[in-house]
Amino acid sequence: MSDTPVDRAATATPPRVARKIKGLSDRAIAWIFVGPTIFLLLAINIFPLIWTIKLSFTNFKANRIGREVKNIGFRNYERILTDSDIWLNMQATAHFLFWTIFFQVLIGFTLAYLINKKFKGNDLWTTIIVLPMMLSPAVVGNFWKFLYQPQIGLFNYVVAFFTGKDPSSFEMLGSVQLAPWSIVIVDTWMWTPFVMLICLAGLRSIPDYIYEAAEVDRASKLRQFFTITIPMVLPFLMLAVLFRGIENFKMFDLVVQLTGGGPGSTTELTSINLKREAFEKWRTGYASAYAIILFVTVFGLASIYVKALNKVKER
Amino acid sequence: MKKFGLASVSALSLAATAFASSAQADDLTLCWAAWDPANALVELSKEFEAQSGHNMSFEFIPWPNFADRMLNELNSGGKLCDLLIGDSQWIGGGAENGHYVKLNDFFDAEGISMSDFADATVYAYSTWPKGTPNYYALPAMGDANGWFYRKDWFARDDIRAAFKEATGRELGEPKTQKEMLEIAQFFQGREIDGKKVYGAAIFTERGSEGITMGVTSALYPWGFKYENTPGSYDMEGAVNSPEAVEALEFYKEFYKTATPPGYTNSYMGESLDAFKSGQVAMAMNWFAFFPGLYADPNTGGDKIDFFVNPPQNQAGSTLGGQGISVVSYSDKKDAALEYIKWFANPDVQAKWWELGGYSAHNDVLNAPDFKDSAPFAGDFLMAMGAVQDFWQEPAYAELLLAMQKRIHDYVVADQGTAQEALDKLIEDWTEVFEDEGKL
Repeated sequence: MSDTPVDRAATATPPRVARKIKGLSDRAIAWIFVGPTIFLLLAINIFPLIWTIKLSFTNFKANRIGREVKNIGFRNYERILTDSDIWLNMQATAHFLFWTIFFQVLIGFTLAYLINKKFKGNDLWTTIIVLPMMLSPAVVGNFWKFLYQPQIGLFNYVVAFFTGKDPSSFEMLGSVQLAPWSIVIVDTWMWTPFVMLICLAGLRSIPDYIYEAAEVDRASKLRQFFTITIPMVLPFLMLAVLFRGIENFKMFDLVVQLTGGGPGSTTELTSINLKREAFEKWRTGYASAYAIILFVTVFGLASIYVKALNKVKER
Repeated sequence: MKKFGLASVSALSLAATAFASSAQADDLTLCWAAWDPANALVELSKEFEAQSGHNMSFEFIPWPNFADRMLNELNSGGKLCDLLIGDSQWIGGGAENGHYVKLNDFFDAEGISMSDFADATVYAYSTWPKGTPNYYALPAMGDANGWFYRKDWFARDDIRAAFKEATGRELGEPKTQKEMLEIAQFFQGREIDGKKVYGAAIFTERGSEGITMGVTSALYPWGFKYENTPGSYDMEGAVNSPEAVEALEFYKEFYKTATPPGYTNSYMGESLDAFKSGQVAMAMNWFAFFPGLYADPNTGGDKIDFFVNPPQNQAGSTLGGQGISVVSYSDKKDAALEYIKWFANPDVQAKWWELGGYSAHNDVLNAPDFKDSAPFAGDFLMAMGAVQDFWQEPAYAELLLAMQKRIHDYVVADQGTAQEALDKLIEDWTEVFEDEGKL
């Protein structure tokens, strides 16, 4: 009699359970294992999604339970897509998304490239750099609010030191021109380490012998960088962009702490606006349609992106 | 005989049980905003606990989250609060959505008369539909938006001389909104005791209700009205009248020329901080904070004085304050009503004012010594005589957020003109009333 782990596991099955399972097919056993997960998925994800789609065609308000709920067709969708204020929110979100990802990739990759070089204190620097990422967004939002304070904020004094301007002559959070950049700066400060870590993993996955072979072929450092480093890190980099893109599309806490969506609606990202519609104005039907539009947008963009990512990986 | 005896014993035990349950001590939870008057109420309620045997717990929510947190609680039929001191604007929703217990029968049974309370407070905090004798709250805390200033700075000869030279008039409490702006602009950027100071702290907060409460303090004195005819929802020409446009432009000028740098998202807390840190000469805030400001060791006492929101075309102050309601989802409604009965007592109301709460009871307000009982008491009476409130409709949150957006867009973010901001506000409000089936 063999004594493989499978045999040991089989003998360990209690006789009562074994008798019960004996009559079941492999497919039935598979369903028993997968069933609870599928049930939870349906209950927590799929059902609310279907319910949200249903609500998006009504004038339902969650705070007015006794009110008659009318089916209003595509009216909510029409109102959202023709509302110029919502397009401004979308524009603010796109600005935030593009520039945060741009700076995070640029700085994150540069940091990873430098950290990847072997030097004294390498580990210490890595730990210091990833610290912002470990903080709570609410804490980061609050202390950057102080840093940006025109009268006592360190940020204004640093800028004033280099430009010779009066520190209280400009308001990072109160100016329509500067506020969108102020949130980009904070998000970049906080999440660049995340991109750096992923890039670092990519850089360290490149085997040394590839560079050695390139050296033998007398390839310059620049050539090695563009023909070895970049292509081999690219799938990692794209993954980081995907993660940050999805995260920043639904950015809420950090920006609420910093600007509350202001001045005016300059930094009112779609997630902030959606929260106001759903849980402050209680326009549940309208907010459901809004959520579906955003869901389709993110899902569509993410699908296209994942396809591109897979193509890069296949190369 | 035995049968009769048994029946008597049973009846007695039933009666005893019934008595025991009616006299049973309950744990009551009262929900309100976290601010100075709430602490005074905790102190005051100890008397109720001693008298009734009930135990009082308190749930105080910071102002920026108060409406969100409490309206969510009510909308979900939550049992957290047995008693709620809710904002005046919630009364419509509280009544129509069945969140608040209607108190008419209780008032009749207990002999509580609404004529014992100031008319403006009964109208604003208790009735729905507005002005009808349907009561959903007892006026608990009278309040309005007022002003305070650095009396010590205003009294300094060098500053007075400089002001006279700059404006041609004596420095003193402003008599109009425009005078107030002139004073604020005079102080803006001035150096006092080696420190740069600014004109005034006003409300500019975007997220909850701040800028609306601030701007209405300018709109009402200019004669702003929500409707041409009350109850008609006819807003064209009222909300965007030339007076309203002028008032809105005035508020923007105030913000741009007479407030500290970085004052783009400021409400009650920021106003108090700016004043207490010696940064501003004047500040707007709710009367509820005035006892605490007067008691402040650094900027209170002789250094501070108060004035009512100045008139322009007419007198007008933004209403604050709240009524106390029994939450209909509470399992302890009887005990909660007991609290209301106790709170309505004139002696309790007098003590409420002594502790720092703003009683709306006529016995307190009409007492001969009331005006001299605190340096801001006379101003409070004047303010309450000319208060106006925001919409109190069930859809008030939608109406409020629309105004927050339009006003902040214009005043702080420099988008469009005052006329455009008010025109767009009418569009937003019209859409809300159409959704509500009122237009």
